[in-house]
Order: sequence, then structure tokens, then C-alpha cells
Amino acid sequence: MNPALSVIFLTTLIGVGQGLFLALFTQQSYALFELLPHQDARFYGWGSLLALAFTMAGLVASFFHLGRPKRAWRSATQWRTSWLSREVILLPAFMGMLFLYAMSHLSGFNPVLVSLPSGLVIDVTVVLGSLGTLLAFALFVSTGMIYACLHFLREWYSPLTVINFILLGGASGFTLATLYAALFAPTQTNFLDGWAIIITLLGLLGRSSSLWRNARLKPKSSLQTAIGIKHPRIVQTAQGAMGGSFNTREFFHGKSEAFLSTMKTAFFLLTFVVPVLLLVVNLSYPSILLPGVAFVAQYVGLLAERWYFFAEANHPQNLYYQGVS
Amino acid sequence: MTQLALVIDLNVCVGCHACVTSCKEWNTSGAAGPLCDENPYGADPTGTFFNRVQTFEVGQYPDTETVHFPKSCLHCEDPPCVPVCPTGASYKRKEDGIVLVDYDKCIGCKYCAWACPYGAREIDEKQKVMKKCTLCVDRIYDTTLPEADRKPACVMACPTSARLFGDVHDAESVVSKAIRESAGYALMPEWGTHPANHYLPRRKTNLKIHEDELERADNPLKVDGKLPKPNKSDPTLDDVTSW
Repeated sequence: MNPALSVIFLTTLIGVGQGLFLALFTQQSYALFELLPHQDARFYGWGSLLALAFTMAGLVASFFHLGRPKRAWRSATQWRTSWLSREVILLPAFMGMLFLYAMSHLSGFNPVLVSLPSGLVIDVTVVLGSLGTLLAFALFVSTGMIYACLHFLREWYSPLTVINFILLGGASGFTLATLYAALFAPTQTNFLDGWAIIITLLGLLGRSSSLWRNARLKPKSSLQTAIGIKHPRIVQTAQGAMGGSFNTREFFHGKSEAFLSTMKTAFFLLTFVVPVLLLVVNLSYPSILLPGVAFVAQYVGLLAERWYFFAEANHPQNLYYQGVS
Repeated sequence: MTQLALVIDLNVCVGCHACVTSCKEWNTSGAAGPLCDENPYGADPTGTFFNRVQTFEVGQYPDTETVHFPKSCLHCEDPPCVPVCPTGASYKRKEDGIVLVDYDKCIGCKYCAWACPYGAREIDEKQKVMKKCTLCVDRIYDTTLPEADRKPACVMACPTSARLFGDVHDAESVVSKAIRESAGYALMPEWGTHPANHYLPRRKTNLKIHEDELERADNPLKVDGKLPKPNKSDPTLDDVTSW
């Protein structure tokens, strides 16, 4: 496939937003069980608004993918069958929940709903945060399933696709949360830093698994099944157009093998190796610069990762576009 | 249930591209608006087509065959492009099985093109909506046309009758008979899309003639052994002819 910048930015930016929100609510959940000190409402509120800014940027990026953005509202109608439609519904729902969660914290409108006998106090932010968590995961699943449901794009047709969307989005969000905590709640930095390292390492495991799997895929389609002629040697001599077509522009990335392997190395270093090293150092020598550089490196790495994710998918239609003479 | 489809006979397709130009001519002139081209006379011409003829060389020289392969939407019975559409612009008609795009609903997200293993869909780069073969839906039901002309433009144009059009669910239709009798097959059956369009394979036309077919077995003039000698007085063939 030919990677589209709009989709690369959409998936990585909303991933950061989802991960950041999950990080904030993880901290709040720990605080709820008195495992960590409860932070100032502004920590959660402004953090949630920061997550909202990332998802908003992702939403804006997504419009650049559409040929007819004015009709985008129609894309919420086919949620019964289309994962894309489900994503279109879940993204604004999640954004709305981010806004409500932030407002509940910032406005101080946070009445206690239930006090459980165990002493657990369930207030509005806990309910909104739980709903937000559900929506964040549902959004991850629907984003991943957009790709994982296309069963002839075999590089994507795997549960690893969904798992990696969750892990990589989570990793970048927790890294950003580490930076955010370093700036505004230094006591919580190590907690978030630790989780950022764990999720990044899980992401490394998940992404390595999918690369390992994809390197061993045996194509099901061949030129023989594509045109239905059973002969071992078939060479295309014309593809119906000499100046290229939508089929040659949309489904071929047109880059060399060397470029692809450079991208692979780059995203491995930037998404996993560099941030983990910086975050580990940050555990002992806390600073703002370390998680800052870690987040930027990881985000740039994720852009390369997402580019590679699209580029490595080999569409069966490409069998029909193997030569012009 | 009706399932309209094309059956394309690779044995007689000569790769003349008449179906391509005829399709483009009909579908660029219709109510749905033009099929846009870019740089049609420039160095890098490109444009939207519903139908393209590709050419493949099969075999190793000198035993090669050139196969011309017309490729358009196959109107799958289980089309993977339809359920993924987020707007409902892509749909399959219940009454005749044609897969269509509602150009007024399409947002141009290209997801359906990703979901088609055959690369049958092309985006119109000017109108920014997805386009594909309609089986000339604006022609095949047009009662102002003579009945013989109510066929897709590509079928009308084919000079070798390599393209057949009909209902593949009707066992007695010309397309069903062709599929049955000439070993029609579907493309990429491994994905379970059940394409309605079928292709007829190349066939070797050998005529096997047996020795006894060269002469009439029950020839009354054929007699085993020598004929009895006529009497000297009997007329011979030489007597009745005058040369």
C-alpha cells in the first residue's frame, strides 16, 4: 500500500490522546484505592484537555484523507457493518468524554455518587473516567479492526494488528504522561515512567511478533489465480494504461527495499530503544528533558512505524500491475 | 434471484480495447457525470476507467501464448467492498446483483478500494468519489432503446463476441450455458468473494478425424472383391459416354 500521511497522523495522534487519558485515569484509579496520592484536580483536568488536543489534531488530519470532507457526517451511518464507521462514532464520543472528564475536574462539579461500604468513594470523575477508558479501548479496537478485518491483506489480518495499536498508542501516551507529570506533578513521574517503559517493551514484543509473522507469510494469491491460467511462467506485457492509474498510485509505495529496511531500523530505534533508555535513566535522574526527548523520539518513531505498517501490506490487486511495455 | 454478469471468453478476445473505449464513451456521457481524465494529451496521461484490457504472455518462447485479459468489476456475490463502506454509498442491488456506488453519498475515503482484491475500483481524481463498472445500469433497462441494444456498452462493442451478458443464476441463460459448457471460472476463488463475472479459458481447437470417417462406411458402390466381368456384348461405360 502507499502510505497516506493523513492516516499516519490520524492513527498516531489519537493513539497519543488515548494513551495519555489512560495514563491519567490509571493514576486516578491508583489514588482511588489509596495506592498513590490523589493529585490536584487541575492535573487530571488539563491533562485530559491535552489528550483532547491530540485527538482533535488527529480528527483534523483524518479530513485530509477524504475526497469529499463535507459529506463526512454520512460515515457514521453504517456502524452495523463497517469498522471505519464505528471509529467515526467512537472518536467524537471519546473526545466528548475527555471534555466532560476535564470539565468535571476543572469546574469542581464532582459530587459523590456512591460510597461503598469498603470506603471506596465513587464520584462523577470516576464514572466519566471509566466510561472514557471503555471508549478509549473501543476506539483502539475499531481503529485496528479497520485494517485487521481485510482478510486478503494478510500482513494486517491478525489480532496482532489490534494489539499493536493498543500497545503503541498506550506507550506514546504514557511517555507523554511522564513528561506531563515531570512538569506538573513530579512526585508521580516515576509511576508513569515505569508504566511507559513496560508498555513500550510490550509494544516492542507485539511489533516484533507481527514483523516475524509477516516475514513468514506465504502468499495465497498468485498471478495464476489472478487471471485463472495455470502455467508457471506468466509475464505481464500491458496493464491497460501506460501513464499509471489509481491502481498503481494507491497500492504501491514505490520505494526501494533499502528504504524500507531503513524505515524499519529507524522506527525500532526511535519507538522502542531510545525512549526506553531515556525513561530508564529518568527513573534515577529525573529531569524534564529526558521524557521530553523520549516522547518526541517515540512519536517520530511511530510515524515511521505507521508508514512501514502501510508499506509492508501487499495488496493482491498488485498482481495485475506488474509490468508495462 | 437475478445476478447479472459478464462472461469473458479469453479464447476469442483479441485485445483490441474496443470494450475499453466504448465503456469510457458511454459512461463519460451519462447523467452521472464524466469519467475524468488528467493530462489526456500530456506526457503522463491518466484517468478513470471502469474497464481495462491487460496483456499477459504465458509460457516460454517459442511455446508462448499472448492472453488479452479484460478486467472490470466482477460484481461479486459476496462483495467485500460493500460492508466496509462507512456511508452506505457502496451497495449491491437485490433485484439484479449489480454492485454500485452512490456518487452523491461517497466521501472518497478509498476504503472500498482497499477492500477489493481485484483492484476493480478507481477514484475519480477530479470528482473525488469512487467509481466502478455499473454494468451500464443506465442502458440495460432503457426501454427507449431497441431490445437488442439493452446490453452493456462493452458487450455491444466487442467485435469477436468475446463478451457475453446475462443472468448467471438462470441455468438456461447464454452466460450460464457458456460457463457450464466451456469451463468458465472465477478469479481468485481463494478469497470467497464469489465473483459473478466469469472467464472462459483458452481452448485448443483440435479436430480428431478417424480413418473410417474419411470414406462412407455404407457406400453402395463399394464392393469387396472384383466385380464380375461384363459380357462382351454388354454395354460398357465406354459405350455410353461420348468422349
